[in-house]
Amino acid sequence: MTVTTTNRRRWLGVAGASLAGLWVSACDRLTADPKFSGVLRKAEGLTMKAQRLVTDRKALAKEFTPEHISTDFRANGTRYPAEEEYAALLANKFADYRLVVDGLVERPLQLSLADLGQQPGRTQITRHDCVEGWSAIAKWKGARLGPLLDRAGLKPNARYIVFHCADALEQTLDGTGQYYESIDLIDAYHPQTILAYEMNDAALSVGHGAPLRLRVERQLGYKHAKYVMRVEVVESFENLGRGKGGFWPDRGYEWYAGI
Amino acid sequence: MDDKVRPTKVLIRRHTLVTRLTHWVNVMAISLLLMSGLQIFNAHPALYWGEKSTFADPWVSMSMREVDGVARGITIVGDYQFDTTGVLGWSGEEGMREQRGFPSWATIPSYRSLADGRMWHFFFAWLFVINGLVYWLWGLIGGHIRRDMLPTRAQLNPRHIVHEIITHAQLKFPRGEKARAYNVIQKLTYLAVIVVLLPMMLATGLSMSPGFNATLPWLTDLFGGRQSARTLHFISAGLIIVFIVVHVLLVLVSGVWNNMRSMITGKYAIQVEGDRP
Repeated sequence: MTVTTTNRRRWLGVAGASLAGLWVSACDRLTADPKFSGVLRKAEGLTMKAQRLVTDRKALAKEFTPEHISTDFRANGTRYPAEEEYAALLANKFADYRLVVDGLVERPLQLSLADLGQQPGRTQITRHDCVEGWSAIAKWKGARLGPLLDRAGLKPNARYIVFHCADALEQTLDGTGQYYESIDLIDAYHPQTILAYEMNDAALSVGHGAPLRLRVERQLGYKHAKYVMRVEVVESFENLGRGKGGFWPDRGYEWYAGI
Repeated sequence: MDDKVRPTKVLIRRHTLVTRLTHWVNVMAISLLLMSGLQIFNAHPALYWGEKSTFADPWVSMSMREVDGVARGITIVGDYQFDTTGVLGWSGEEGMREQRGFPSWATIPSYRSLADGRMWHFFFAWLFVINGLVYWLWGLIGGHIRRDMLPTRAQLNPRHIVHEIITHAQLKFPRGEKARAYNVIQKLTYLAVIVVLLPMMLATGLSMSPGFNATLPWLTDLFGGRQSARTLHFISAGLIIVFIVVHVLLVLVSGVWNNMRSMITGKYAIQVEGDRP
């Protein structure tokens, strides 16, 4: 009796472990299969459409009061750009920094930090939600993107706003490791979408994207591009990075980072 | 005439096609959601209460820490600390261990990939939601929930409930005519799962979405903030695992083939006294 029970237990254990192993390796193989993952990724489009169906695209992200501000706001991604061009700008405290606004615009712009400070602006205390799962709250002040785009004048075929950054988060030979992100026009004209130059009443620190970072509330952290050097207006993502509209979207994350 | 009443085996219709289909779709969706969920959790294996993360002071965390110069997996829950080397915080084959919340055999994919974990999670979240809606609509319109799930007044008698708990603990299950319907423990447990736990997964999941948060800020507030919602998502998932373990154990000990047959073909055998059909 004891012998059979032990044998049966061992047999069950072996069977259980091999079933679990089979299951996990099957899932790994399915993940690597482009056709299967293509089907799974279709859910992203459904999620985006569903969320846009139930969400007022103009709805504001929740804003907080000063006592909620995090004292331990984490800097993720690039924390200190290694690029020489950036080092030179930083050495001069960004006095030579010019934000370029170009692409499908009537009047390309070059704006200094002083110019940006005179733009219609907004201050907001919002929660930053990292795709990893953590959240932190900070006060942001910056130039609203909408009026800036109006000043440059969008051409009729303009569809997306691309943010080119100073940092390469991955070293690649073809330059696709350069950080960039993009949003559509509705999010670009959302009142809380700003190019922030201040965080918690101080000039943006290098870790958090000095001199300028995007705040596109209601989307996950990786959309909030840091070290923004150039705002390009485009019709499609075709000639950008690997074609998915952002550094992380090129690496399997959702372009629509609403969940 | 024979005076002895011999029990006869009778096959009754136990589960309808919709119950059976939604049950098995749920088995697949929930197991994939749980395992891809652990992958997502591993991207930041710590939990907090409130709106934001207090990095220095999580209430749950899993990480590798050196104890006397040796790497150990340490799991912290509130004020308690556990050595969970090999399973939580620090796992993998000896010599190839890595820092990760849950071990590779518990996550989808087995290797670390937040992007792929999310891809699985959100696809099967849709399947889970659509499947749940089908079950609910059919259960409400067709009367399954009212007829089979709501306890009767007699069943809600405290003495009856205590009696049922005791006989369940002794692994004595209703037989004969009494086995035709769910007993009160089954009813209350299933109701708790379909009315509270499963909808809770969806509600806390949506509360973590920054996009959805702008639409329904009160939902996130209801759970006490985004990090609380993440914590409650995790706790609810844990309770679902507890339910699954107990459910499967009871299926095994209360007549595994009969139970499996009833959830596959719908037919469930009961022993009735006499030769009634």
